Amino acid sequence: MSQIFEYLIAAALVLGGIFGLVGSFGLVKLNDPMSRLHAPTKATTLGVGGVLIASMIHAIASEGHLSWHELLITLFLFLTAPITANFIAKAHIHRHETPQSLPPAGEDGLWATHDVPASPEAAPTAPLARD
Amino acid sequence: MRMFARIFPHPLLTGLLTLVWLLLVNRYSINSLLFGLLLGTVIPFITRPYWPDRPALRNPLKILAYLLIVIWDIVVANFTVARIVLFKSNASRHPAWITIPLELRKPEAITVLAGTITLTPGTVSADLSAEGHYLLVHCLDAPDPDAVRDEIKTRYERRLMEIFE
Repeated sequence: MSQIFEYLIAAALVLGGIFGLVGSFGLVKLNDPMSRLHAPTKATTLGVGGVLIASMIHAIASEGHLSWHELLITLFLFLTAPITANFIAKAHIHRHETPQSLPPAGEDGLWATHDVPASPEAAPTAPLARD
Repeated sequence: MRMFARIFPHPLLTGLLTLVWLLLVNRYSINSLLFGLLLGTVIPFITRPYWPDRPALRNPLKILAYLLIVIWDIVVANFTVARIVLFKSNASRHPAWITIPLELRKPEAITVLAGTITLTPGTVSADLSAEGHYLLVHCLDAPDPDAVRDEIKTRYERRLMEIFE
């Protein structure tokens, strides 16, 4: 494998590693749950992306053909990252936000997570203890 | 023609599934193409009850342009968020909830918009209003929430309107 390819692969891996680290550091440093959600959903995209680019360059340089798996992984990542973030955000709204603590939802009245039909059997919803 | 629509309720999905299968196999051969086509026929057929409508897509060129813009924004988003995480103290950061009034009505279009918002600079879409007319978005650092709202509306929603509605 030529020297240039090795440098390119190394650079992509280091870049990916840095972004992965920044994403994880954001989890520790940011101070409220919703802000913490930002670091892993975004900084990690380029973190994983760097590793995938390195893998593609490696396939071209050492095996001489283009590998398509990396594109698929990127696609699946782009599909799943927003859904995961949305689930975590909804769980947060459900447990720690009230309709008063969020901005008003215009003529719709409530945000979907708070729009729960009242059922007579359900126990009165006491706010869950913060863990 | 109706027979065709019964067997292939979503021709685009059939094509996409075949393509994904070929990419998974990672090497083109007639065997994997046929098996991909089989999967692309069976899966949309079985899951048809969950996809009653076929979203009408217009302007394939606009879809490509939208994808390129979003991918570029994702790369920029990574650097923006990394800078905020590394160099901005928690006290000088302005996290904010913002409300985006939606003009999009199709569920597929709103899903794409919400996904785009989550992947791009400093914003995560958190919830939809009860009737689906507003999107609740959390900003990591928004000194001017109105500007963020206007940018999302002009940069992404306007383009999605042209593609979907």
